[in-house]
Amino acid sequence: MSHDITNVLFVGIGGQGIIRASDMLTEAAFRLGFDVKKSELHGMSQRGGSVSSDVRFGKKVLSPMVPLGMTDYLVAVSEDQIEVARPYLNDATVIVRPSDLSADDAKSRMANIAMLGVLNRYLKFPADLWETLIRENFAGPVGEANVLAFRRGANL
Amino acid sequence: MADKKMILSGDGAIAYGAKACGVTLGAGYPGTPSTEILETLTSIGGAAQWSPNEKVALEVATGVSLGNGRALVTMKHVGLNVAADPLFTLTYMGVNGGLVIVSADDPGMVSSQNEQDNRNYAKFAQMPMLEPSSSQEAYDLTIRAFELSEQFKVPVLLRMTTRVCHSMGPVELWKEPEAFRPAPYRADAPTKVMIPAYARRAHVRLIQVMKDLAAYNESSDLHAVLNAGSSELGILSSGVSVQHVLEAAPEASVLQLKMTWPLPLDAIRKFAGSVKRFAVVEEGSRFLEENLRAAGIAVEGKEDVFECGELSVGRVKQLLAHDNTPPPAGAPGRPPALCPGCPHRKTFELLSELKLTVLGDIGCYTLGVLPPFNAMDASECMGASIGMGLGLRRTLGDSPEARRVVSVIGDSTFLHSGLTGIVDMVYNKPATGHVVLLLDNGTTAMTGLQEHAATGYHLDRTPAVPIKLEDVCRSLGVDHVDIVDPVGDQDGYRALLQERLASNDATVIIVRRPCLMQMKKMAKMANSTEVKK
Repeated sequence: MSHDITNVLFVGIGGQGIIRASDMLTEAAFRLGFDVKKSELHGMSQRGGSVSSDVRFGKKVLSPMVPLGMTDYLVAVSEDQIEVARPYLNDATVIVRPSDLSADDAKSRMANIAMLGVLNRYLKFPADLWETLIRENFAGPVGEANVLAFRRGANL
Repeated sequence: MADKKMILSGDGAIAYGAKACGVTLGAGYPGTPSTEILETLTSIGGAAQWSPNEKVALEVATGVSLGNGRALVTMKHVGLNVAADPLFTLTYMGVNGGLVIVSADDPGMVSSQNEQDNRNYAKFAQMPMLEPSSSQEAYDLTIRAFELSEQFKVPVLLRMTTRVCHSMGPVELWKEPEAFRPAPYRADAPTKVMIPAYARRAHVRLIQVMKDLAAYNESSDLHAVLNAGSSELGILSSGVSVQHVLEAAPEASVLQLKMTWPLPLDAIRKFAGSVKRFAVVEEGSRFLEENLRAAGIAVEGKEDVFECGELSVGRVKQLLAHDNTPPPAGAPGRPPALCPGCPHRKTFELLSELKLTVLGDIGCYTLGVLPPFNAMDASECMGASIGMGLGLRRTLGDSPEARRVVSVIGDSTFLHSGLTGIVDMVYNKPATGHVVLLLDNGTTAMTGLQEHAATGYHLDRTPAVPIKLEDVCRSLGVDHVDIVDPVGDQDGYRALLQERLASNDATVIIVRRPCLMQMKKMAKMANSTEVKK
């Protein structure tokens, strides 16, 4: 049943923009006409605690949570959170990790957006949709800087 | 707005639903996972306020409804304990304008001290309950809740859980927003003043209303068989569990209940009779299972392990297979921690250094229990630090141990339910006095920086008259009310705390330093036009 569904899991720590990045993927999938659900766990972690967010899109999405072993793409903004997510991965899971970025991007505050770029090498959503969403999320020069970070991640 | 489709969280969808009903006022107290409801309502132009606690919020809502207005009250599950006193009599009084109470439960305790199942409140207090399984249903059922409330003259419980509140999905905003105007106020003491003579009649009325609601539910569209066809396995479910069930057991017939109190027992009985194996899948307590058994409907329930934590697709498969093995675990995640530079850190470093006995409360500062501080002995519920400290001091008598006891409470929590603790400290002062550290960081930090009565702003960022915490404490007759800066004057803080602990006096030390996140937010706002005149 889940074969028609793409499961993306975002992991990181509070303050890395996990929720923002997963919101943007959710919105992008929605604008492309997919059914989509996103579920996140964030509670007491104002800063520094583990944060995860599940995005599922396809023809019809039921549970908002990615089932065990069903992750198609893991976006790990923090390398050390990959093992936390291990039960949700399988042998074919594509892992997007900080080492996929340039050293500068990996430690920048825009790492989350650059990693959306890497993810999009696989998802192949229209780049102009992403750039519209980035500009809607970040005003002015910050938005333009994030667009460039996305392009670097996407190899554009 | 009508016929617009957008991505919303369950919380956001409730706000849009309430706005579409022309809600007169939303009132609540911040609490994960309910906080975003009133924040969204404000952001889309609805009237909403933070009340000092959930009890006051429900009382304000009662007044709105008395005046024929429509009221939305929001809180996390434990908030309904605070609001339970008005709730249990409100159901007797009934409502004029629609009154919808949102209880946002937290199975799995992502950010709570217990995982109580508030479905039990619907039965206990006698009111109808609706349970959405998605953002779309959160919108639809909010609108339906206002309709039901006015049709049957009862408050309606809209029961949410973390996974519905904080999940996002597409929502069709189908309802043309109403320009609702409350009808003129008319007094009606015999139905609204609950002296025993009137309350006895009201109770009889309420029992009849619940019977009427059960009959309504039987024939309504608030339950439906999904995946009809299979007669091998039939599953009864509600809330987000329905979505897990549809994915975990695609071969089963599923009866979804959107109104889970009072139950449509005949419809359930009919469904149970149509399948060979009839099981209930529910998160939390055995609410459905037990009530079905009480009605004489044979049902397959769950093992004890599934009373704890959230359900998921995997756990539903296990539940149905009566498989109790723990699911595979990954490496432990990073626990939350006080932010680097958080002013609370100074307090907990000091409490740890002085090896004090610390009664904690609900807020970011509960994290003082974790390393490197290890500086908390007990934490119970909002406001409890003060009472617990007083009780412990009474028990320890006039001993050196008693003089080491301090209560720690935050500013928002203090206004929520710490004030009466201070009254008790003054009225029933222990032999050794007591020391309360009021950690005033100028915001409700843990739930995401909400305003409160002492911040000087309302929920919609219009200015408010700030309550002065020191004036309140002094006026209650506390012997010493001191104010310290934990970062700027650490030595003064330590000396003052030691001096007060050595006395037999009742002391409140206001430890004042703004939350770093709050300062960032304020700086951002100063750069934008968000601050309203």
